[in-house]
Formats: sequence, structure tokens, C-alpha cells
Amino acid sequence: MTLKTEPFVLNMGPVHPSTHGVFRMRVVLDGEVVTDMEPVFGYLHRGIEKLAEERTYGGIIPLTDRLDYIAAMSNNFGYVLSVEKLAGIKVPERAEYIRVIMAELQRIASYLIIIGAFLNECGAYFTPFVYMFREREKIIDLFEMVSGQRLTYNYMRVGGVSQDLPEEFLPALDKFLAQMPVCIDEYDRLLKENEILLARSKGVGILSKETAINGSVTGPALRGSGVKWDIRRADPYSIYDRFEFDIPTGSAGDCYDRYRVRVEEMRQSLRIIKQAREQMPAGPVRTKVPHLVRPPVGETYAHIETPKGELGFYLVSDTSISPYRIHIRAPSLINLTVLRELIIGWKIADLFVIFGSIDLTMGEVDR
Amino acid sequence: MKFENYGRGIAKGMSVTIKHLLRHPTVSQYPEQRLNTSRRIRGNELIWSKEKCTGCATCAKTCHEGAIEIETSPNLVNNKYEVEKYQVDTGYCIMCGLCVEACPFEALFMGTTYEAAKYRRDELVQEKEDMMLEAGVKQPSGYFYPDYAAALPRQTLLIERITEEQMKPAKMEPKTETKTEKTAEAEKK
Ligand code: SF4
Ligand code: SF4
Repeated sequence: MTLKTEPFVLNMGPVHPSTHGVFRMRVVLDGEVVTDMEPVFGYLHRGIEKLAEERTYGGIIPLTDRLDYIAAMSNNFGYVLSVEKLAGIKVPERAEYIRVIMAELQRIASYLIIIGAFLNECGAYFTPFVYMFREREKIIDLFEMVSGQRLTYNYMRVGGVSQDLPEEFLPALDKFLAQMPVCIDEYDRLLKENEILLARSKGVGILSKETAINGSVTGPALRGSGVKWDIRRADPYSIYDRFEFDIPTGSAGDCYDRYRVRVEEMRQSLRIIKQAREQMPAGPVRTKVPHLVRPPVGETYAHIETPKGELGFYLVSDTSISPYRIHIRAPSLINLTVLRELIIGWKIADLFVIFGSIDLTMGEVDR
Repeated sequence: MKFENYGRGIAKGMSVTIKHLLRHPTVSQYPEQRLNTSRRIRGNELIWSKEKCTGCATCAKTCHEGAIEIETSPNLVNNKYEVEKYQVDTGYCIMCGLCVEACPFEALFMGTTYEAAKYRRDELVQEKEDMMLEAGVKQPSGYFYPDYAAALPRQTLLIERITEEQMKPAKMEPKTETKTEKTAEAEKK
């Protein structure tokens, strides 16, 4: 007698503690091994691109906060850069430095969440996550101090930033810069050589260079595969050409490499913040921009390196007070396209380790 | 996978965890113990000054959510506009602060409260009587008003509550220390 077997279809999500938002994976299983995967998304679709067509250029900034909600500053930054490029607005020096400091702090805060969540998925249930949240809290405190809110900052404006730094900001930033390297060392001590982490992530979910490039993967996932591509270097925006920093890369392209790249990048971000803090001039933080910006007819694309990868804003203007069309190149959505290839062939327990190492935010995937 | 000296990484990690066991807690017991919020907090309400407002409606035009509703009538005696109705639907408002920024007469402020849960939707609508600055009930925040910000208490920062001493790398010393203390006490006895 032979047993009749058939592939088992499992729905993971849409509400699953590990999917970081509402995301569903239709997984076809053969025993414990994944033979096929189909991502189903759109549960968090809010029509941000369409909503933006009815708003003024200034009024879109709060919407961009809600794209990648764990890195709202970076989204603000990308959007205002593209409007400034389209309208030809120059930003004061001090504002540029403030923006860079904010973007790099946001990068650290976002990586802390991702590393914590990734370790959660590896089985270190919530212990490292809470350590990382403690450090993130310090950054959130700084953001709250300058912008007044803890998650949706709405801090950058077309032509600068909304307000100058309060006087207590720089001393607190110095303290943070002194403490953070110690914290990163502590994480390394906690996890770098942990055998369980190594066994769960080394050699798991290998993203080859070719697949990564063919799939337009950007951000730490690409650098983990050994491609030295960082928009801050490759196409410097704002004032990134003034700073010295390295681009850490991995070699194998597995989950562990992606995790290490993020840890190293936190150190590089600290370096950039230190340099920016020393070079920061005094002066105004906002140029006079008309209340309703009306860029000339044309189109533009500006892209920045966010914690997830390349975030681009494509704007088309018809000289009215709101954009004719806005398209957002969301790094999470494009990184998602290689997920299927990474997951096939691995066991179901590895599925979320791989998913967590790619780092997706659903707010950005669905928009 | 093969590991040389298996268990070393875990032991190293445990040393960090054990050190945290000896640290002071960094969490606060929220409803009883409250930390000071940012001086620029954008709370869940708007505060409006009756005296300064001229009824220009710049705020209502700026609001991309359409949360502000304003009605005025001309006052022929002093050639000004009377504000008949000033209403903010905080259910629509996303507390972005753009209207506060836009007000040319410094008549609009963000509030400082953050516990604004209500039982009904219509309770979320703020009438002008509820949000009047002159009533003196509500504390305006320092968002865009540095003078008001200076009057508010300083923000509690986690970074200042954790001292440098606590951040030092973990060492496995505490055990030996307690031992020596105990032995010293025993010797005294
Ligand atoms: S913008 Fe200021 S002055 Fe004008 S109506 Fe609004 S609150 Fe009043
Ligand atoms: S804070 Fe923003 S959403 Fe709320 S009323 Fe003002 S402009 Fe509108």
C-alpha cells in the first residue's frame, strides 16, 4: 500500500507576529520544506500616491511619514529633495547638516528595530529586541525634542527643516554619540558569536550577487551579497560627498551577512553624525519658499539611501499647487520580489529568518 | 555546522544579560509615574487665541485633512471679522502642525495633552470654547513658539537617566565581589 501525498498549502499571515505588518504568504509545503511561495500584499494600501495628487506640495510631507513608518525622517528627506530638485530651491547649509544628522540617526533607529526583529525570528525571543528598543528610545527622545512627535515627525520642509534645533539637543546628541558605540559593542558581545544565531543564519537564505542585481535589490540586502552600492556614495545627494565613511559589504549573501552589514553600518552612521556635528555652521534653517510651491512644468526623480534601500520620488508638475503625478519607488516592495527565490528549498522555520533579514515594512510595500 | 569551543558565544552573551540583571530598571510605571514630554510636543488638540485671531482662514486652507472649519461675519464697527465658528475635528486632524506654522497672526497653538481617547466620535470635535487660549485651562505647547517652549519643563531624556557608569562593558566581577564581602563579614563575626 502506498500513502497518497499532496502538497500542503499554508497561509502565513496576514496577521502574523513575524510579518511586520499585514502581509500574507501562500506557502506550498512538502513536509517541512517550502516548495513554492506567493506573496499576497495590499492589505495596507491607503492610496498615498493618489492622495498626494490632491494635496499641496507642503501637505504631502505628513503623508510620506506614513510610508515606511519606522524610518519617517528618511522618507521626509527623500520627498523634500525631489521637490527642491524640481523647483530649483537651495537649502541653507545648516539645514543640510541637520537633515543629514536626522537621516543618520533614523538609519540607526531603523536598523535597531530590524536587528531586534531579526533576532526575534531566530529564536532569541524578545531579549535582544528590548535591548535594542532601549537604544532606539534614546533616538526617539531626540526626535521628539526637535519635532514634537515620536513616530510621524513631519520635520523636514521644502527649503529646509521646520524649526532649528533646541538648545538641549546638541549636548544630548553628544551623550548619545558617546554611549552608542558601547551599546553596539554590547550587542556584539551578546550575539556575534552566539552559536544558536550562527546556526540559524549562516548559510541560510543565500542571495547571490546576480539575483540581487537582476532583482534590483538595494540597501543592506544588496550589500550583504557583496555589491558595494550605496547611493550616498554612488550618486551623492545633499552633502554626503563631504563626509568620510566606509560601505561595509558581506561576502556570502546569507542572513548573517545582512545582519552584520547592518551592525557595521550603524558604526558608519555614527561616524557621519560625528563629522556633521563638528562641521555644522550656524545660520538660518529655512529658505523663504512661497507657501504654495508651484514648480515649473517638468518631471524629476530624486533618490536617497534609506535604511531599506533606494527610496525614490518621481514627481511630475503641471505648475499647479499639487503634483500632477507622484510615484514612489519603495525599496521594500522591490526587495520583496526576490523573497520567493530565497525561500524556496528552506524549511518552514527558516522562512521567517529569511523574511526578517530582508527587512520589509508593509507601509511602504502597499503605500 | 562545526564550532570550536562550543558554548563560548552563549556564555559571553549571558554575561551581558546577567549584568543587566544588576542594573537599575530603565522603564517607568506609566500612569503613576509620568515623564516630561518634549517642549515642542504636538499633542492631540489645537489651542486657539480669540484675541489674536483675525479670521483670515489661512489655517483652514493649509489643513490638508480639512479638519478646521471656520465661519466669520464682517463687523462694520471696527472693520474686522468676527469669528462666529471655529471648529476642529480632531478625529480628522493628524496633528501635523502645519496649520500652526501657517497662521500669520500667531493665534494657533498645538496642545500638550496626549490622552485624548473619547467614547464617541462627536466628542472629538473641538468647538472654539473648548480650545480657547484665554480660558487659561489648556497649556499651549512650544511647537513654533520658542517663548512658550522655554516656560515648559525640560523633557526627560532616557539618555540622561542612564549614566555612563551603567553603560560600561559587562564584566564578570560581581560574583567575586559578593563573595569577598561575605567572607569579610564572616571574619568580623
Ligand atoms: S490662520 Fe490664525 S489668524 Fe487666521 S483664522 Fe486661522 S487661527 Fe485665525
Ligand atoms: S494639525 Fe494638521 S491636520 Fe490638524 S488641523 Fe492642523 S493642519 Fe490640519
